[in-house]
Amino acid sequence: MAKSIDVSGLNIYYGDFLAVQDVNVTIKARAVTALIGPSGCGKSTFLRTLNRMHEVIPGARVEGDVVLGSDAIYGPNVDPVEVRRTVGMVFQRPNPFPTMSIYENVLAGNRLNNRKLKKADADAIVEKALSGANLWSEVKDRLNKPGMGLSGGQQQRLCIARAIAVEPQVLLMDEPCSALDPISTAAVEDLIHELKTDYTIVIVTHNMQQAARVSEYTGFFNLKAAGQPGHLVEFNKTSKMFSTPEQESTEAYISGRFG
Amino acid sequence: MSSTFPSSTLPPRSLTANALPRWAPLLVAVVSAGLGVLASVLFSWGVAGLVLVAGSAMLLLLPLWSAVVENGRKAKDRLMTGLVWSTLAVALLPLVSLLWKVISKGAPQINGDFLTYTMRNVILAQQGGIYHALIGTLLVTVMAGIISIPIGIFCAIYLIEYGAGSRLAQAITFLVDVMTGIPSIVAGLFAYALLVALLGPGTQMAFGGAIALSLLMIPVVVRSTEEMLKLVPNDLREAAYALGVPKWRTIAKVVLPTALSGIITGVTLAIARVIGETAPLVIICGMTDGVNTNPFSQAMATLPVFIYSTFQEGTGTSVSAIANADRAWGAALVLIVIVMALNLLARFIGKIFAPKTGR
Amino acid sequence: MTTTDASPRVGRRLGDLLFAGTARAAGITILIALAGVATFLIVEGIPGIVTTQSSAFAGKASFVSYTWPLVFGTVLAAVIALLIATPLAVGAALVIGFYAPRRLATPLGYMIDLLAAVPSVVYGLWGATLLAPKMQPTYAWLADHLSFIPFFAGPASATGRTILTAGVVLAIMVLPIITAICREIFAQTPALHREAALALGATRWEMIKMAVFPYARSGLVSGVMLGLGRALGETMAVAMVLSASSAVTFNLIGSQNPSTIAANIALSFGERTGVERNTLIATGLVLFVITFIVNFLARGIVARGRKGS
Repeated sequence: MAKSIDVSGLNIYYGDFLAVQDVNVTIKARAVTALIGPSGCGKSTFLRTLNRMHEVIPGARVEGDVVLGSDAIYGPNVDPVEVRRTVGMVFQRPNPFPTMSIYENVLAGNRLNNRKLKKADADAIVEKALSGANLWSEVKDRLNKPGMGLSGGQQQRLCIARAIAVEPQVLLMDEPCSALDPISTAAVEDLIHELKTDYTIVIVTHNMQQAARVSEYTGFFNLKAAGQPGHLVEFNKTSKMFSTPEQESTEAYISGRFG
Repeated sequence: MSSTFPSSTLPPRSLTANALPRWAPLLVAVVSAGLGVLASVLFSWGVAGLVLVAGSAMLLLLPLWSAVVENGRKAKDRLMTGLVWSTLAVALLPLVSLLWKVISKGAPQINGDFLTYTMRNVILAQQGGIYHALIGTLLVTVMAGIISIPIGIFCAIYLIEYGAGSRLAQAITFLVDVMTGIPSIVAGLFAYALLVALLGPGTQMAFGGAIALSLLMIPVVVRSTEEMLKLVPNDLREAAYALGVPKWRTIAKVVLPTALSGIITGVTLAIARVIGETAPLVIICGMTDGVNTNPFSQAMATLPVFIYSTFQEGTGTSVSAIANADRAWGAALVLIVIVMALNLLARFIGKIFAPKTGR
Repeated sequence: MTTTDASPRVGRRLGDLLFAGTARAAGITILIALAGVATFLIVEGIPGIVTTQSSAFAGKASFVSYTWPLVFGTVLAAVIALLIATPLAVGAALVIGFYAPRRLATPLGYMIDLLAAVPSVVYGLWGATLLAPKMQPTYAWLADHLSFIPFFAGPASATGRTILTAGVVLAIMVLPIITAICREIFAQTPALHREAALALGATRWEMIKMAVFPYARSGLVSGVMLGLGRALGETMAVAMVLSASSAVTFNLIGSQNPSTIAANIALSFGERTGVERNTLIATGLVLFVITFIVNFLARGIVARGRKGS
């Protein structure tokens, strides 16, 4: 069910301000692609265009094409709601719905599509999604407790469970570990490893070690100059990127000489 | 792990299937407008009928179409979008109607004489004016401002700079909340009761009106000043203390000037709020036909009470009733213009004198 | 911070003392003012309650039987106003917060605020001369076709100046208050959860149900209560629009309408003298107590909401 993503000639705007310029890239299915780069270079902005969350911000818009499998997600008559159901997203800070229990949090997306979910089906989805997020054994005895009662790392895995419960084809992760301690980070990274057998995963990270640990492919974003739009400098296999990058600025960034 | 999800729980997935075309809302709008015109012509329901039919048709047709072509969720979303926009339209309808009515009825009354004549010895439809009421409103409002602006600002200074967290400050904060909720008529009764207790029954004087208005104005001034003082960054205060500046000079020379534009905006809005207050003035200032510039003796005409009393005398079809009804609209237009001007002034001050930030 | 005013120089100390003293005095003035309000209303009100002069109660037997219809009318008008204003205010706040494009949202917000700036006496003028006659045919229709509902029992008022019209005018007046509070609350709902809902494939309405309303509930209740406080105490609009008698009836469209406390005071104050006025002051005290309780509950809900989140 995982699909690849083809991006061509993508320009991303906030109002009249061009934030990211001319991105061309193919993101492989069933693999982890990491996006790295200094703050403000547009990597999160780019990520949010892959499920049309970018346009939620007033005045934000894009030019260019993003093709998911064989469907252009910015094509005419495409429903952004459908796109977001197909491309799941995990945010920087864990955001389970505080008014819902763990159980209801996992089902939040499914309930939207199917009001009359059978109890047996619902139970099956919850167990499957929580197991998929490596959380089942930790929470199976307190499914009806509020999701906010969990630790930060557990909350983030709950959010991942919520995202995979609607069976997306792609999972986007926007710095999913930046608010977590090292142990929780390790748990989420393990999970990413397991998820890539089923999903196309795109992860934005500030942490280059993390990119090296979890991803097969890496894209490096950077500003052309201060005040200029961001762009994709280099896209390569992670192993190549971190040993012999093609661009000088990539090497400078990775070796810690700037950014 | 991909096989054990109960596959029947999610509808089949396609990004583009079954979407209404982009021009669908426009088409529905045109059709609805047509239906409205048709209905109003066939049943002679007039403009109100046209708007009603067209509006409800628009509200229902698009979701119905969506329910048939798209799905229930989207239909519901479209229905709610329509409903939410129509609540806004309904909410703004009275404003438009009111402004239109006041301007169309009031504008013909406004001329130089209307603003400079009083109502003394005016009978039937002779030219009368609101000069005495304007003077009265000015006096009462200025007095209310003189009482409430210093008290309000100093009270806010106490709450933010000195009292923070103390018992007294908590009590005052609570009482300011209570004051915000005092009905204006009760403020008028208080002023009356106060004057009766001090000066004997039946007392009417404009100063009492100023007391009543102060009671309504103080909490507004306190609240807005408090908000502005809270916005002044603590670093600024500490920087001044570090230079050995005493606390009162820090407040007077650093904190207040930083917050000044916000405070002036708040005070202007407070004035705009009380200048149209009628109920307390009906009780305590009363009504008179001529100019009275002594706020400590006798009734004094004010603009809101002028509107009220000419409205009351303006029912019926006699010549003087019609003339009075017209004067009420003229005075209402003048009052609205004053209030709007104060509101605009407040926004202007807030914008122009706001402390310059980075850009 | 603790040593900032420990300067040894006397001149500075004096300035500090004066300034702090003035500020504290201003605060204490508020305490005194409110104590004064309560005291004077009670002192001047009690003679109006215990009096035996029957004209003070306009022919009614006692203070209670004089005040009860007024309390009823006050609450009825305010409840009608809130039933109309609340959905409109929530809808308007949703448009400004989530539906309108940014360029349109700000002017729309200003326009709603303008509703709050119009003086109540102008609303009264508009309500009595324009709205009431326009509502009259609707009342006649309601009385003809829906008279089996007690609210529309009829016979319809010939002028349209009924408690329902007064309620509509009050609704317009409290609408901007409730809208402003709703806007504030909606703006405070965490963007994180709104985005989470959208990213799961929620439509805009589903997003609002999932990630906005659950957070807004307590704030919404307190906003409605504050609107209620305002509607209970509003005087001129009701005094001018309503054609009042002392009837206690749920018929909203008839010519016999209960008056409200505030409107009754404004309308009859001028005709009354001596102890008759004390009775009006006593009814004002009742109104003060009612609005105080409502506002108190509203603040309590706000405070509890803050603690909970």
